Amino acid sequence: MTDYSRPSRLRDALALMAGGGWDVLAGGTDVYPGAGAQLRRSVVDVTGIVEMQGITQQDGLRIGGAVTWAEIAATPLPAALAGLQRAAVQVGGRQVQNVGTIAGNLCNASPAADGVPPLLTLDAVVELDSANGRRDVPLAEFILAPRRTDRRPDELVVAVRIPQRALGGKGVFLKLGARAHLVISIASVAVRCVTNEGIVTEIMIAAGACSPVPCRLPIIEAALLGAPVAGLAGRIRAEGITASLSPIDDVRAPAGYRLEAVAELLRRALEGAAG
Amino acid sequence: MIRFTLNGQSIACDAPATERLSEVLRERLGARGTKVGCDAGDCGACTVLVNGKAVCACLMPAARAEGARIETVEGAGDTLTRLRASFLRHGAAQCGICTPGMLMAASELLSHTPRPSEEQAEQALGGVLCRCTGYRKILAAVCDAWRDEPAEIAPDGPAVGARIARLDGDAKVQGDVFGADFAPEGALMVKALRSPHPHAAFAFGDLAAFARRPGIAAVFTAADIPGRNAFSVIPAFADQPAIAADTARFRGECVAVVAFEPGALPDLADFPIVWTPLPAVLTAAEAEAPGSALVLPGRAGNLLIEGVVRRGDAASVLAGSAHVVEGGVTTAYVEHAYIEPEAGAAWMEGETLCIRACTQAPVMDRDDTAAILGLPVDRVRILPSAVGGGFGSKLDVSLQPLIGLVALKTGRPARMIYGRGESMASTTKRHPAQIWGRIGCDAKGRITGLEVEGRFNTGAYSSWGPTVANRVPVHASGPYFTPAISAKARAIHTNGPVSGAFRGFGVPQAAVWQETLYDRLAEKAGLDRLEFRILNALRDGQTSATGQVMEATGIHACLTALRPHWARAMGDARPEGHWLRGVGVASCWYGCGNTGLPNPSTMRIGLTGAGKLVLHQGATDIGQGSNTVIPQIAADALGLRLAAFTFVGPDTALTPDAGKTSASRQTFVSGRAAQAAGQALRATILRMANAGDGAKLSLTGQFVTVQDGATLHRIDLAALPLDPRGYAISAEETYDPPTQPLDANGQGRPYAVYGYGAQMVELAVDARLGRVKLLKIAAAHDLGRVINPQLAEGQIEGGIAQGIGMALMEEYITGRTDNLHDYLIPTTGDVPPIESLILEIPDPDGPFGAKGLGEHVLIPTAPAILNAIRHATGAVITQLPALPHRILAAMKEVRR
Repeated sequence: MTDYSRPSRLRDALALMAGGGWDVLAGGTDVYPGAGAQLRRSVVDVTGIVEMQGITQQDGLRIGGAVTWAEIAATPLPAALAGLQRAAVQVGGRQVQNVGTIAGNLCNASPAADGVPPLLTLDAVVELDSANGRRDVPLAEFILAPRRTDRRPDELVVAVRIPQRALGGKGVFLKLGARAHLVISIASVAVRCVTNEGIVTEIMIAAGACSPVPCRLPIIEAALLGAPVAGLAGRIRAEGITASLSPIDDVRAPAGYRLEAVAELLRRALEGAAG
Repeated sequence: MIRFTLNGQSIACDAPATERLSEVLRERLGARGTKVGCDAGDCGACTVLVNGKAVCACLMPAARAEGARIETVEGAGDTLTRLRASFLRHGAAQCGICTPGMLMAASELLSHTPRPSEEQAEQALGGVLCRCTGYRKILAAVCDAWRDEPAEIAPDGPAVGARIARLDGDAKVQGDVFGADFAPEGALMVKALRSPHPHAAFAFGDLAAFARRPGIAAVFTAADIPGRNAFSVIPAFADQPAIAADTARFRGECVAVVAFEPGALPDLADFPIVWTPLPAVLTAAEAEAPGSALVLPGRAGNLLIEGVVRRGDAASVLAGSAHVVEGGVTTAYVEHAYIEPEAGAAWMEGETLCIRACTQAPVMDRDDTAAILGLPVDRVRILPSAVGGGFGSKLDVSLQPLIGLVALKTGRPARMIYGRGESMASTTKRHPAQIWGRIGCDAKGRITGLEVEGRFNTGAYSSWGPTVANRVPVHASGPYFTPAISAKARAIHTNGPVSGAFRGFGVPQAAVWQETLYDRLAEKAGLDRLEFRILNALRDGQTSATGQVMEATGIHACLTALRPHWARAMGDARPEGHWLRGVGVASCWYGCGNTGLPNPSTMRIGLTGAGKLVLHQGATDIGQGSNTVIPQIAADALGLRLAAFTFVGPDTALTPDAGKTSASRQTFVSGRAAQAAGQALRATILRMANAGDGAKLSLTGQFVTVQDGATLHRIDLAALPLDPRGYAISAEETYDPPTQPLDANGQGRPYAVYGYGAQMVELAVDARLGRVKLLKIAAAHDLGRVINPQLAEGQIEGGIAQGIGMALMEEYITGRTDNLHDYLIPTTGDVPPIESLILEIPDPDGPFGAKGLGEHVLIPTAPAILNAIRHATGAVITQLPALPHRILAAMKEVRR
């Protein structure tokens, strides 16, 4: 017999999960596809948990785990999050954005998750909680492999936090797909860039759909840090991209094309981020 | 107990907490206006509003509805009402299956943005897929929904040519009753067990024990089929089992059916079957290789059939031609991707098996199902449901014999609803093709000869493979005068999905080949690409490749109509940044109806004693509009107002055979039958009144008034005895197009009527990513006589959208893209503005001069796109779909 619970307090949810045997249900956009008329396993529906709602200022920004993409897109946020907000209107269609959550996007751990690259450029921290206590895990260490994360079965992703130091500059997100809407990325790129008097003083770059887990491009970042804003795109070297990424051939595109696409998307993103 | 409000009404409903809200609405509350297309959030058909926000009901647990305000298409709010009216006014609903989702998604938008821009509408509706309309009229309807204006209904004047809203439109904008939406009380739910392997032997374990499980009513296998377990759309080729007996020949083939009690969770996980995978032949090239294993015993060389057209000596003509180009193209399996997966219900009425399911061919369904179930045809009655898109795949039977078997054997009503993956895996596809050959012209650019050979992967069973093989050579020249031709097309069996009919029967694939070669040939001859086509366009009195003397040939007019657009577009085609601009053109011609075979339709019109005017209309409307167009024709032929008509059918028990909805034949063939029936009824009335041909008829109550000049006659219908059809007066007429079969060289008169068209595509190619942005498409089509301009535009826009998909994104890979997020079809943002240029060059055989249109509109789109890509970049694309990486690779090839 399967069970369903939709607690409104975090502690109730965590108490349930401490007992084992519960899956987490948020927006449902990854849980329901492939399921039959109803789910076959017991679920804790986290969409009503008060502690997982809202975007608040708290040593930076705290985005509740149950915050939807539509909420992220509609909330006035610093320019550093412009890339995340751009991704928010490109995750599925309006119907998916209205229910799909930020925590769900991370926990689903798709190599093509559109939320992940912008969050990587924001140095996001995943706030996990369980009856056994709270812990923070940097996003870059949270997603381990396709469909696998560091979340233990008794834990919830309660929030995603953006530290104050990562709220500077301007964020950009670009994704490439074979159609206009409802499309899984062939490749995606996120950039956050801080400039001062025409010089790049801080830069973070991440790519999606080109490695088992979306990841940063540290070699490129290093090459651009301290460089003049004019002509940033010309400083991108293919080796810096290939060293960090390991795309695969699939029905959407071959690996080689993905690498080229990342380079080009990155050049365009830099124009946007530095402009 | 879950409590919420549904369209303002309080609901208390007992449902499992994690049951999909879509399931709750449809199956527990009977609110089946909300449709289900994928159960995965990929299509948006199930969009409802939850507390004002659009969500996919298929992704929402029932328990989360607690306390919520839920609105569906059954609602009656102001916004929804105005949207409905606007959808009707703009012809935004074709088949109607996506309409509820579109209306609800638009409702959310209009709740905060009452007068949206097109871009806002495009964004808001980007999560709802439509396969019929091409979205343009939907976007227009949403942007225009703020106006309060009724749709144009039946006019007082002539009905033919009137831009009226579709007659079945009201039902479409309220959530029509499709195959899955009719549930007889107590119906068993039927599930099919399907092969997970492209080729495998299988053996059953203890079926009786499985059948005794709780919730299971019955299990049936091939051994239970009482009749002939083999069908095909062409009876002579009958080779496909309704349920495979011991070997599955493609992934998705049905090997058993299980009937579950209503309410039981259908679970086939432990079905007792042992599979023995066998080597599979997956490509036509493998299948044709010497020594290849045979997919079907008896089909030597895996050859189903070869179609041939030979005229003149093409080889020697090409040897002496001033210019010759040579090339080949490869196309993919393309999925129909109608938003309605196959569904229906079956039940017994006395001795008669009734089947209400989505279909394009009720009489073929009846005959196939009767043969499989060992019943005389008069014991099977097919009542087509509203059809949520077909495009060719719903010509073949799918679930009809399966639910028929269950209803017949158990005596209980049975339902079946295919899942998206099941629909994609088990039903037919567009044939993947490899086509190669040469075309030549003289020094002035006049086409001299053409040699072409095509290999079409027809999959495991025959389906429409023979039709494709015969149609392709006939059309391989395109609508251009070609004195010498040698064209061959072979349908080859593989263990791939069954390839069947898909809008154009192979002609779209061939057009990709010939039209891209013509661009290169024009260049060699030093001619403008449009002028080359105009120079070579077939003219009246010239002969086609099959030796048919052409008449009412509209291609010259279509191409000429594009001239001003071409001049403007070529001037606009300058690169901007990394966007390279290009313009492309391609033509189509397409013979309407069966290829050189009988293809009759019959229509009946009757007047009852009470003055009710009834059209028995057996043509199935799968969204294309025959429910509207055929009455328009009948009304003018008879001379009574369209508003006076009531309609019966389609229903094999109540309507005469109007053939199948395929081959762009309904407006032409069934339209001619309706015209003839209308004329015959009119003649009877005039005779009774002793009135002349020009008399004016009107119908008031039980009286037909005949005004002949100054003389007024009145016929009292109630005073007339009933005729054998049960009417005071009636007429039934059959029309069969005058064709001649093709001889061994493919010579003859395969079609009575051809339609023509040419499309011009303007696009931009991202020079560094290979991504294509379509900017505008101008579509010139010769319809002979346009019966309903709005429906015609809808066909053009929808066909173009499918052409865009075929050109740029669609590739079905069995087991890999059988869902609607890996298999991509165009969304609201992928179809550019379309300008329809409708030409009318009347055909002497068409009703009021009308020609077919439904398939024509898809044919030029893909080659015009490829030609524009080449114009923009120089890249020659030889493999579809032209995904960004393929375009970029082809661009590099040019630079090399």
